[in-house]
Amino acid sequence: MTAERRGSERLVDLLSGQEEKLVGQWIEGVSHTLRGRLSAGELGHELRELYAALVAALRSGEDWRAEAFSEVRALLTELSRNRARQGFTPTETATAVFALKDLLAPSSETAQEDITAYLRLNRLVDALGLFTVETYAKTREEIIGSQAEQLLELSTPVVKLWDGVVAVPLVGTLDSARTQVVMEKLLQTLVDTGSDQAIIDITGVPAVDTEVAQHLLKTVVAARLMGAECTISGIRPQIAQTIVALGIQFGDIVTKATLADALKHALRRLGTENPAVAARSAR
Amino acid sequence: MTERIPVLKIGDVLLVSIQTDLEDQSVMNLQEDLAARIVETGAHGVVIDITALEIVDSFVGRMLATTAAISRMLDAETVLVGMRPAVAITLVELGLSLGGVRTALSLEKGLALLAGADPVRADRA
Repeated sequence: MTAERRGSERLVDLLSGQEEKLVGQWIEGVSHTLRGRLSAGELGHELRELYAALVAALRSGEDWRAEAFSEVRALLTELSRNRARQGFTPTETATAVFALKDLLAPSSETAQEDITAYLRLNRLVDALGLFTVETYAKTREEIIGSQAEQLLELSTPVVKLWDGVVAVPLVGTLDSARTQVVMEKLLQTLVDTGSDQAIIDITGVPAVDTEVAQHLLKTVVAARLMGAECTISGIRPQIAQTIVALGIQFGDIVTKATLADALKHALRRLGTENPAVAARSAR
Repeated sequence: MTERIPVLKIGDVLLVSIQTDLEDQSVMNLQEDLAARIVETGAHGVVIDITALEIVDSFVGRMLATTAAISRMLDAETVLVGMRPAVAITLVELGLSLGGVRTALSLEKGLALLAGADPVRADRA
């Protein structure tokens, strides 16, 4: 117990003894890995604060989960969050913490006592480094999550092509959540604009598997239930091959190769249903 | 006693406007009333307006399909009009595609569809 205590005290002594010099070395080491992408002043401020908090916390123990380390953890969280947002790599983020070890790196003349202190610091820094990386990963996941949400919002425009014809140009991979949004938006637009014809253009969809086809079929059937006709257009040769190879039956759903063909078809359908519209669209 | 849904006659067409969410019993009553009225009036078309319907379960969905089939047997083309997007999505998720039922976006379009329905029927036959 006493040896333990002494080791702890020695570590604090070592760190606080030459504080200015050590922090300077630390900042220099870290700024080297960041290659000037963060201003020296900003980095210095960050690390100085962290160093002071670390030394203060060490005075009461070495358990990084303890209450005494809460400020250190808060500073590290902030640091890794900022790094994640600014686009630094996990290595660059973690190096900021791991560089602390080099400050007390022992040489052949180092006293036994100091080596023990160094090893203790090592263990602590490793734990803090992992904590930093974990926070970094968590932040990145949050960013990805919010981006996916934004993508969902802007990826589904429903455009009006003609009186009574609306189209949804789908871009990107379709999954259940996106199809749900597309379906709701398309059906709502049908009601709002009173359109009889809907075109789903899948030129921008990279791949169609059974699940995506299922989603498309559901949308078409739902539109049909509401009294609108739905055409699927923009089927590329490879996709047609995949669909047939997978054995997906589109049944009596009209499919066209291009959006232009689909529009022509929709206008013709409008015409047969209502001669007045046909006369108008012919003009 | 559950309330009865009125079946109105406009020229050659019977109009059923459903204003409240349906109970099972009232749908069954509607089916009987409608069949009786078609025979009674000799109507050639039926429009069922479900604009106000917000909730549809599998039973009501199936009853709508059978009602349409019964009307067709009695030589009255049935058009289901004004289905809400949410209802359409629910029916699709329930696996009910109401095959054989004609649909239209609005009452006006449904009536227009029936007015021009004869040539279409001739095409099909």
